[in-house]
Amino acid sequence: MSKKYQTPLLDELKKGAFPSFVTEIEKAAEHSDMAADLLGLVELSYKERMTHWKHGGIVGVRGYGGGVIGRYSDIPEKFPGVAHFHTVRINSPSGFFYTSDAIRQVCDIWDKYGSGLTNMHGSTGDLVLLGTKTEHLESIFAEFSSRGWDLGGSGSAMRTPSCCVGKARCEWANIDTMAITNDITQHFQDEMHRPAFPYKFKFKTAGCAVDCIASIARADMSIIGTWKGDIQIDQAEVKNYKGKIDIQAEVIGMCPTGCMKMSGDQLVIDNSNCSRCMHCLARMPKALRPGKERGATLLMGSKAPIVTGALMSWVIVPFIKMEPPYEEFYELIGKIWEWWDENGKNRERIGELIERVGFPRFLKDLDIKPHPAMVKEPRRDPFFFWSEEDIVR
Amino acid sequence: MSELPQRQTDIGPPHYEQFLHPVIKKNYGKWKYHEILTPGSMVHVSDTGDKIYTVRVASPRLLSTDTLRVMADIAAKHCDGYLRFTTRNNVEFFVDAESKLAPLMSELKAKGFMIGGIGPGISNIVHTQGWVHCHSAATDASGLVKVIMDELHEYFTEKQLANRVRIAVACCVNMCGAVHCSDIALVGVHKTPPRIDDTNVKNSCEIPSTIASCPTSAISPDPAKKSVKIKLEKCMYCGNCYSVCPAMPIADPINDGIAIVVGGKVANLRSAPMFSKLAIPWLPNNPPRWPEVTNAVKQILNAYIAGAKKHERVGEWIKRIGWEKFFQEANLEFKIQHVDDFTFARETFRTTAAFKWTT
Repeated sequence: MSKKYQTPLLDELKKGAFPSFVTEIEKAAEHSDMAADLLGLVELSYKERMTHWKHGGIVGVRGYGGGVIGRYSDIPEKFPGVAHFHTVRINSPSGFFYTSDAIRQVCDIWDKYGSGLTNMHGSTGDLVLLGTKTEHLESIFAEFSSRGWDLGGSGSAMRTPSCCVGKARCEWANIDTMAITNDITQHFQDEMHRPAFPYKFKFKTAGCAVDCIASIARADMSIIGTWKGDIQIDQAEVKNYKGKIDIQAEVIGMCPTGCMKMSGDQLVIDNSNCSRCMHCLARMPKALRPGKERGATLLMGSKAPIVTGALMSWVIVPFIKMEPPYEEFYELIGKIWEWWDENGKNRERIGELIERVGFPRFLKDLDIKPHPAMVKEPRRDPFFFWSEEDIVR
Repeated sequence: MSELPQRQTDIGPPHYEQFLHPVIKKNYGKWKYHEILTPGSMVHVSDTGDKIYTVRVASPRLLSTDTLRVMADIAAKHCDGYLRFTTRNNVEFFVDAESKLAPLMSELKAKGFMIGGIGPGISNIVHTQGWVHCHSAATDASGLVKVIMDELHEYFTEKQLANRVRIAVACCVNMCGAVHCSDIALVGVHKTPPRIDDTNVKNSCEIPSTIASCPTSAISPDPAKKSVKIKLEKCMYCGNCYSVCPAMPIADPINDGIAIVVGGKVANLRSAPMFSKLAIPWLPNNPPRWPEVTNAVKQILNAYIAGAKKHERVGEWIKRIGWEKFFQEANLEFKIQHVDDFTFARETFRTTAAFKWTT
């Protein structure tokens, strides 16, 4: 097929060693008018240095309030193929594992109804199908859902939860991140598909403090695997690392709490002073393994800077067992959402709400006992509140 | 049109278990340790003695079904039909024996895939939609990723650094990609306030929520026009009002540009997670290859390479040498925009007389 538009600027992005998104759009344009018109539209953006997409309109599938992002070009007369160019968010399986057959199934449906372009994956973790028309949405949903797939979250709802690879392929997984993610997703189908929150709510689950899913930076609820008890040491393997790495400089010398030393040939760890940062385990994976009592630390509130500055999640539950049926966890989530619903403003993330009304009030209202693990340091000022029961009348 | 199959609702995603390679399924939760074999391959060894080998390749994230089918075919041929994607948009192929690595890798190479991204180098760049699909994009994301990785791909495929350098691109300050805790992140920024289209504000926007969307209270009602007005000196060009009210466009092709923030991380390894901080407030938005941006990224990376000790992330290196020294080492000008005047400003003022002299 000859090119529909000349795209001299985008052609510059087919050069160079790294795989090119322009080449991908061109491949799709071989069999999709939508993708062909996308090339023309994006070329114009490159020329004018500005986007040509309008705000999303409200589109979706029957019975759901999310999962589809409406997208329209602001110059449909020039590029009719992308007059509608809606995104469909397909809820990805935990850990982004697929089979060849599953990938082919997705491709077959998408080639039939959409542009042939995808994102593997969107930032939140959805399998993103990029570009279709309003009239195809019900068909797409029927084709996917009848084959066992469902839509992900969008808008003021629980967003598609995501996780690191966890126990599937990592020796540091203190919790079963993929099972937890799948369970949360199934548990809260209504909260995901029918937006009823003040704003979005994201769960991300990491198996350890290395946090390969970046939960601490971008999840309203960050579930980070950890342990209690002593780090398990294989002293023979410690010996094997001698000569391969400089244990004194690279492991002991970089321990943030200074809780390790060599005693002769033996590595000694003062576990009562270990903060479980994972550095030593990451440097000597054959010799060191997490302690035996496994669970998670729950942290809350992270978000990007829009609007009053970025937040990182902070500790609200220092240690919780994360094992099915996760009763304690779900009870806490229920309480948190109820409190957010009662107190949150429109478009206010849970972290912003806690910041606005005060962390102590959150703890009091939810009846969570304060713990030094929740703060970096205690307050510096003398302006604290008391309750009636603290006062002698 | 052919009859559609019966739809189902609220069934959730397919269960992951059906997508796990048999060796992964058998050794789920039993992994003992892993070793990086090359910058594009690693082996995980189980307590049972089983091994799973992973080969990682780059993708531009924006993938055609054609390329996905090629990946599916390679996985079917070499990996018993199993593959996965990573959070940084790479693709991973699995084999259960070392002898199967070479044929898999040579086919991946022959099909044009770039193998790498494992260990202390530069993995793929997480990014947002940009001009390909977003209404609020101040710049393109896919294009920036492409030109930066074209320059730095050797750190993906072979060259090693003191530690990982995580790069991220957000096409506006909404930062859908949550890039604010990256070693080096690029953010599309505006320099001018939104323009009010009074007729459309009246017709298509909810005035109270538009006013409430402004973090600096710069927006107030304009009852005469049934619209809103902006106190220009209070506007910080975040574009949040535009997200709520489409009649307040903020895109400005000449003045929109790219800021670079550095020194963030999410891992707890050695030190607590860190936010990225401002290194360069504005660079011109210069597609298709953004030479000013790629040069600046290389400049910062080279300063890190010259100064970092083994295992130090960018933020840890800067923390050790001090931000004043960072500006000198990276040869960056310190400007008025670097001094914080927003929410967390006072925590950033230097409350000590001990600092380094820099030129």
